[in-house]
Parts: sequence; structure tokens; C-alpha cells
Amino acid sequence: MKRVALLGMPNTGKSTLFNRMTGGAARVGNWPGITVELLSGKILLGGDMVEIVDLPGIYDMHGFSDDEQVVRHFLHDNVPDLALVILNATQIERQMSLLLQLKQLGMNLVVLLNMADEAKKFGISIDSRKMSELLEMPIFLLSAKYGTGYPEALQAIGKALRYPTPGMAEQLRSQLEQDEHIESEMAHVLKHTVQIPARLSDSLTEKLDRVMLHPWLGLPIFFAVMYMLFQGIFFFGQPLQTGVNDLFGWLRNAALLPLLASLPAVLQGLLLDGVYNGVATVAAFVPIIILFFLFMAMVEDSGYLSRAAFLMDALMARLGLDGRGFVMLLMGFGCNVPALMGTRVMRSRAMRLLTMLVIPFSLCSARLQVFVFITAALFSPKAAPVVLFSLYLFSFAAAILTALLFKGRFKNNEPFVLELPPYRFPTVRQMALRGWLEVRHFLRRATKFIIAGVVLVWLLTHLPSSATPASSGTLAGMIGGWLHPLFAPIGINEQLTIALIFGFVAKEIVIGALAVIYGLSGEALSGAIGQQLDWVQAYSFMLFTLIYTPCLATIATLHSESKQLGFTALSIVWSLALAWLVSFVFYQGARALGYY
Amino acid sequence: MASMSNLSFAMPSTTLATLHPGEIATIVAIHAEELLHQRLLAMGFRSGKQIELIRKASFSGPLQVRIGTTDILLRRSEAAKITVCKA
Repeated sequence: MKRVALLGMPNTGKSTLFNRMTGGAARVGNWPGITVELLSGKILLGGDMVEIVDLPGIYDMHGFSDDEQVVRHFLHDNVPDLALVILNATQIERQMSLLLQLKQLGMNLVVLLNMADEAKKFGISIDSRKMSELLEMPIFLLSAKYGTGYPEALQAIGKALRYPTPGMAEQLRSQLEQDEHIESEMAHVLKHTVQIPARLSDSLTEKLDRVMLHPWLGLPIFFAVMYMLFQGIFFFGQPLQTGVNDLFGWLRNAALLPLLASLPAVLQGLLLDGVYNGVATVAAFVPIIILFFLFMAMVEDSGYLSRAAFLMDALMARLGLDGRGFVMLLMGFGCNVPALMGTRVMRSRAMRLLTMLVIPFSLCSARLQVFVFITAALFSPKAAPVVLFSLYLFSFAAAILTALLFKGRFKNNEPFVLELPPYRFPTVRQMALRGWLEVRHFLRRATKFIIAGVVLVWLLTHLPSSATPASSGTLAGMIGGWLHPLFAPIGINEQLTIALIFGFVAKEIVIGALAVIYGLSGEALSGAIGQQLDWVQAYSFMLFTLIYTPCLATIATLHSESKQLGFTALSIVWSLALAWLVSFVFYQGARALGYY
Repeated sequence: MASMSNLSFAMPSTTLATLHPGEIATIVAIHAEELLHQRLLAMGFRSGKQIELIRKASFSGPLQVRIGTTDILLRRSEAAKITVCKA
């Protein structure tokens, strides 16, 4: 049976013509050399049965898109007796190139200039007979839609099929093989050098989006996804962080203590509690940062981050931020440091700075430890969850207030026009690479700064060496004394002031600092604090702890990401001022209302 | 009645922001400042192109539109600067 292949550019009415020719009696079939299925149909033409195959529309015979490769492979392995080329008559000047390429391949051709009716409307006149002469092939004007010119075309096809071209198949194959060499070389180079994530089909993306971006379901799903991410990071992160801490503790006791035993006590303290603790503090962030960016890479590369932007933009636009900023803000509730680093997805610098100013108010897991300890010491088990929840509300309020106040200063003039990519599967390699790069970045930028800070606080709380560590006799105690007039109006005593100085390094060590300051630990410490403070003082202390600068690592990251000393200073000063103001209003207000 | 038939002959042009999900229109003009104009051009917004409104986010959030095979998110305020004519 003779075979006719339909060839042409996309949107030339090829399929309409195919349906007209086969009368809708087409079947889907597999062909040698290609993996996609093609439509074909058998018709009676001039007394013979002829099989018509509809090939994918292509722009270039020598191109390398999927469709172009399919067409070439089909022609190579299933050489047709005739190629029926369909061109759009209204775009003839752009489509002629494909016809000439086919002619060069030496194929037996019949050309149909489709949409002749439209071309006439546009005033395009085509002299098909002259064109036939010049190109030495049969060319017909046709309207597949209305059927004009169709009988003549069929006749020409029947005629062309009767006289086979000798040697056509061999010539065609050898010409197509040149492109196949390029294909295989291209595949070889790409396979060994490029990784492309698998992409969900457009229809699957559309179905997923119908749920994920649903007017009512979209937001609850978004919050559920965020909650799962958050839980995931800490489910895997907490044990890793404990492991790193244990490892550093073990190394300290097993190796460093004996090694440094001969040194004077002050030097030993400086090296172990200053420098070494600084290194351990840095190391404790490593597992969290890796995990955070593994998960973030997943959210970003899968295409969900753009969807989150779509869902949250209505609220965030009013705050001068965008939806991606909200994702970072939420992630900040785990740890501020990677959340700050994550703002790099934003192109607008102003919006990125505003987001970075807001993130440190997210109640991170380190601050939560302090709050859990203090609420347990001062509030009944029934009241404790309400107290903790109220602190989360304050955290959001501080973030929103800051955004509203500063959105004029960090004015974003970047239009919100984003491409919504199809869903993709992130590659493991991409995720791992991201985690590793971010950790390296953090270590390079922040290590020195954090170690210097830890050493400084150690010096403040241990000098002069004659004083008891962290007592009022030390430099820190003296600073606490000077600051007392500032902290008395917000109900924070001298011991707690020293603890706040420690808290500058990291909130994780606030409870440890209180243990050193009070000379007590565990139950005894919470008992002593419960005795000394009333709930108003304790809540004021927690408010201050919540709002002022989270930790040295955050400051180091703010500076390394913004590359601006002024911005870093603004963030520290503003958070201190806001912390004081909020605590002041709360403490004085509660006292004025008669709460003691 | 004469004015009615006149109206139906005139292109019913409106802005992208007023389309409903599922509606298809043709871009007539883009009245945007330099930065937005450039960004829109880069995303494939040209007069004469067909554009489909896929969905609108709740609470007056952004729009999802489709030009060819590319899906794009943009705010309603930005969509209001794009004049379209319904197909």
C-alpha cells in the first residue's frame, strides 16, 4: 500500500485537511523509529488504497525540537511515497522555507496552499501555476475549511503516486542522517552536562492548579504545606542540631579540656567558653541551614513558590511586600538566618530590604525555648498556652507594624509580573547543591563575626577576673547597672538585663546565662525566678526578648545579605526601640490597671 | 436600534482587569510606564496577541493570564493598564 505523509507548519489547517481526506475514519498507531503515536487513515484514491499519515507540525526540517525529530525519524524509517505539504497561504513568505528544505531532500511532493479564502480577503494573490513552474512541483490553492480546490488536489495526488521516483528512499535517508549525527552528538553532550528537571504535563499542571489555586481551598492548602515544611525542617533538624551540640561537647571534654589544662584559668575560659563556643554556635546552624534550603529548593523548583505568591499577594501588597516575602516570614518562625538568606529570590532590592527588616520579628525556635521556660515558671499550665499564643500574635503584629511604617522608605517600584511555571520535579542534585552552597556562604560570611561576638560577651561577663562571672562586678554587670534606669521602667531587673546582653549572642543561651547569673539551674532556677518576678515583669521581659535583635548570626546575615552597615544598624536600633516601647507600654499599662 | 447595531460593530474594548476567568481577548494597547512596559514585553505582551484570563486570586489578589503557552501572574492594578478587546 502506498503511503502519503502530511507535512507542514503548526496551524496550517493540516488536521482539518486530514479529517476531510480520511472522513474521520482515522486510527492512532505506533510507527518504527518514533515513540509518539500518529494518526493515520486509509482511503481509496484512483482505484488504490492509500494510507495517509498526519505528522506533527514543524517549522524547520533541520530543527531539533521534539516534533522536528519525530518527523525526521518517521521519514527515515517509513519513507513515504509522497509528501503532501500544506502551507498557510496567508503566511506564504514565512512558510516557503520549509517547502524548499523538503525539495532539497529530493522527496516526491505535492503542495497545497491552504486558507486560500483568507489570503484573498487579505489581498494576497498567489500565482500557483507560475510557482509550480519555478519549483517544478504540483502546487494547488485550497480551502480545507470550505473544500474549494480539493478535488483537483486529490487528482494530483493520485497522479503523483502513480510515478514513483527511483532511488528516492536512499537519497532521503542519507540526507536525514546528517541531522541524526547532530542529534546524537547533541544528546551525548546534554546527557553528560545538563540536568533538566522532569516537568509535569500542561494538563496535569492545570488540574493541580485548579486545586492548589482554588479560591477557597488555595489558602488552607498553602498553610498546610507551610506547616508541613516547618514541621519537616524541625523534625529532621532538631536531632541533627542536638547531635552537633553533643559532638562539640564531647570533643571539648575529651580532647580540648585535657589539652588546655595547663593554661591559666582566664585563657582557658577565653579559648573554651569564648572561641570554642563561638565555633560550636556557628556549627549548630549548619544542619538547619542545609535542611531549610533542601526544602526551599523543593518549594522553589517545583514551581510552588510562584503559586504562594499568587495566593498571598492580596495581603502582602498592602504591606509593601509580596507573596514570596510571606513564605520567608513564615520560615523565619523556624530560624531567621536561612529565611533572611532566602530573600535572595526577590529581584527588587527595596522589597528585599523591607522583607529582611521584617523577618527578625518572627518568633524563632530559639526564642520559643526561653518563653517555654519562663511561662512554665510563672504561669499556670492552663494559662501557659494562651501566653505563648499571645507572643505569636505580638510577633506578627511587630512584623506588620514594621512593614507598614517602613514601606514608604523601602518603596518597591518593581512591577509584580511573574511567570507561572509548570510544576516540575526538583532534582536531588539541584537540592543538595543549593543546601551546600548556602551553608558555605553562611560559614564564609558569618563565622568570624559570630565568634568575635561570642568572645566579646565572654570578656564582658568574665572581666575583671577578680569578679564572679556574670555578677554585678563584671563589665557586663556594670553595663547592666548603667542601663538600669533604662530597663527599670519596663520592669526588667539587673540580672535579667545581663541575661539580655547574653541574649544578643543567641537566645539559646539566655536560660544558661540566667543559670550562671543566679548560680542555680533547672527547677531551682525556675523556682527562684518565679519567686523574684511577678507575671507582669516576666511578660515584659518576654516581649523585649521577642522583639529585640534575635541573635548575632541574624545580624551577621543581615549585614552579609544587605552589604550595608547602615541597614544592619537600622535593623538593630529599630528592633531595640520597638522592643523597649512595647515593653514600656505593656508594663506601665498593666501596672496602671493595678496588675501586680 | 440603529445605535445598537453601531455598538456591535465597534470593538468592545475594555481592560484586562475586567475580564472574567475563561474569557479570551486580544491585546489592543499597553499604557504602562517604562519599567512595567519592558517587563510586559519580555513576558510576551504585544498588541494583537490573544490573551486568556485563567483565574483571579481571592481578596482582589493578582490575575493569572495565558499568552500562547506562557502563564503569567500580574496584579489587577497592572492589568488595568492593558486595553483588550474581547473575542
